[in-house]
Amino acid sequence: MAVIRDVMPAFELFQPASSTDALSLLDRYGNDAWILGGGLDSFDWLKDRIKRPRYVIDLSGIDELKGIRERGGGIEIGAMTTLTEVVRHPVVRQRYAILMEAAEAAASPQIRNQGTIGGNVSQDTRCWYYRSGWSCYRAGGNICYADTPDSINREHAILGADRCVAVNPSDTAPALITLGASMVIRGGSGERIVDAEDYFIGPGTDITRMTVLRPGELLTAIRIPGDWAGATFYFEKIRDRQVWDFALVSVAAATVTAGETIQNMRLVVNAVAARPQRLIRVEEFVKGKPRNEATADAAGEMAIEGAQPLRFNAYKVPLMRNLVKRAIRGVGEWTTS
Amino acid sequence: MDYFLTFGHSPWGQQILTHVSWNLMWASLFAGVAFLVAHASYMVLSAHRKRHPDETDAMEAARPDLPQRIKRHSGAARAFHWVMAASMFTLLLTAFLPIAGVKFAWVQWHWMAGVVLTTSILFHVIHASFWLDFWSIWVGPKDLPELRAEVMRELGHDIPGPKPGKYPLGNRLYHLALVVVGLSVIASGLTMMVRVRTALLPRNPYLFSDSTWGFVYVTHGVAGVALVGLVIAHVYFAVRPEKWWITKGMIVGWITRRQYLEHHDPQRWIVAGTGRRGSETQSL
Repeated sequence: MAVIRDVMPAFELFQPASSTDALSLLDRYGNDAWILGGGLDSFDWLKDRIKRPRYVIDLSGIDELKGIRERGGGIEIGAMTTLTEVVRHPVVRQRYAILMEAAEAAASPQIRNQGTIGGNVSQDTRCWYYRSGWSCYRAGGNICYADTPDSINREHAILGADRCVAVNPSDTAPALITLGASMVIRGGSGERIVDAEDYFIGPGTDITRMTVLRPGELLTAIRIPGDWAGATFYFEKIRDRQVWDFALVSVAAATVTAGETIQNMRLVVNAVAARPQRLIRVEEFVKGKPRNEATADAAGEMAIEGAQPLRFNAYKVPLMRNLVKRAIRGVGEWTTS
Repeated sequence: MDYFLTFGHSPWGQQILTHVSWNLMWASLFAGVAFLVAHASYMVLSAHRKRHPDETDAMEAARPDLPQRIKRHSGAARAFHWVMAASMFTLLLTAFLPIAGVKFAWVQWHWMAGVVLTTSILFHVIHASFWLDFWSIWVGPKDLPELRAEVMRELGHDIPGPKPGKYPLGNRLYHLALVVVGLSVIASGLTMMVRVRTALLPRNPYLFSDSTWGFVYVTHGVAGVALVGLVIAHVYFAVRPEKWWITKGMIVGWITRRQYLEHHDPQRWIVAGTGRRGSETQSL
C-alpha cells in the first residue's frame, strides 16, 4: 500500500461556477488539468503523489451539475449529485430501486455524503500495483505487476483481461447499465450521449483509461429512461466487510416476468473485469424460460464461460456463477412492483 | 531523451526503459511523406534519362527467341508477397491507429497478424533458399558499378554501364532494409508474446529482467516506426507510373519481353529455356 503523505503537491485550483467555464478551463489546460468531483478518488492520487496535475478544476460549485430532474418519462441525474442524494430521492426509491440499492452499497455514509454519482462511475481502478505508482501497462509501462506468477491478485479480473487485469470498482455502474442509462458528455466539440454500457472501456480498447471520457471532456449528467422503471430488481454486492469496501463481485438485474416466465431481463456483473460486464448471452437464454432453479443453474454456468482466474482469485468464478443464479432466482430481490 | 525513449520506475525504485517515444511514429510518418514529396518533385522536375522507344524496339528485334511474357514471380512467391503485405498493413494499423487516437481492442489482431507475418517469412526463407535464386536479391560490393550507373542515369547522363539482373538495385536495397527491420520487429514481437495472453505461448512476464524487457520493447518500437516510413516508400514506388510494370508483375506473375529487355540485363537475369546461361542460371 502506498504511503499517504499529509501534504499534496502544489497545484493551481480553479472553482468554476458553470460547466461552460469548466470546459473552457479543460480546453485551456488539456492534459495538465485534473477534474475534481467529490474528491474521494482524486485525493488518494494526489496525497499519494502519484498524480501531479498542475491545474485542478473543482466542479463542486457548479449547480447545474447537481440534482435529480424528471425528464421524458425518466430522470436525469446531474453528475455532481451525491450518492446520498441519489439514495434518498423519492423517484429513485420508487421507480429505480436498484440504483438506490447500488448507491447505498458504496463505501460508507460519510463517503456517500461527499462522493458523487459522476465520480462513482468515472473513478479509476483500485489495483494497488497501479495505484502505487509503478510503471505498469495502465500507467504507460510495459508490464502488469498484478498478473505475474507471484502477484497478489485476489481482487483482480477473471474476464476480459488484456495485458492489464484491473477491475472496475463502481457500484452504481452495473445498476445504471441494467436500467439502460445513458451518459451525457460535454466537450469542446459539443455534447454527445453514450450508452452507459459503452461508457466503460476495457484495456484492449485503451489500457490507460476506464471510460470513454477524453481529456477535455466532462460527464455532466446521467439519464435513465422509464423503460425498466418498476421492474423486478436484484442487486447484490459481495465484499470482505459490509461497509467501506469495494466489491469482490457485484450483480445487478432487472427482470420483467409474466407469471413465472421471464419475459425480459438485463443482467450485469461488475468487479470481474475492467468494465462492467453485461451478460447478453445469459439474458437471451433466460427469455421465455421459467424463473426457477433449473434456469438459474444453466444461466450461472453460462455466465462464467471463458473466465480465466489468476493465482489468487479463482474464488470469483463460483462467486459470480452463484450471484447470477441468485439474480435469476430472485432470492432476496429488491422489488417495487 | 524523453523525445526518443520513455522511462518508468520498477517496484524497487529503479529507473527502467519502457518504450520508444511515440513521437518517433510521427517523425517516421513525416519522413516517409517528405521523401515521397521530394522524390515526386524530383521526378517531375529533373532530367532523368528515358530510353527512346527505338532503342527498345531494336533490343526486341534482336531477341525473337524470348517469349512475349517473361515469368517474373511464381504463384508461391506472389502469394507470399501479398500475404506478407496484408499482415504488415494489419500490424501497422493495429499498432499505430490506437496511438493516433482510434481506439479499439487491437492486441489480439496485432499478435495474430504477427504470427501470420512470421509464418509467411519462414515460408519465404525456405522458398527462396531452395526454389529461387537466393543471391539475386542481395546487394554487395559487386553492385557498386550498377549503383554508380543508376545514379548517373538519374542525373541525366547516358551511361552504358550495367543494368540490373532480376531485381533493380533499389529493390535489393529495400529488401535489405526490410530484412534488418523486419527480423528485428519479428524477433522482438515473438518475445513480447510471452507477456500477453495467447493460445500459443505460456505467459512468463519474468522471462527477462525489466531492463532487458525495456530493450525488447524499444527494439520493437524502433523497428515498428521505421516500418511506417519504409512501407510508405514501398507503396509510393509501387504506384508510380514508371514502376507500375513491376507492381503488375507481382500481381500477374509476368512482365513483357519489352520490359524485360528495357529494364534488365539479360546476362544477369537469364530467362530459362532461351539456351543462354551465365553465372545467374536460375531465373524464375
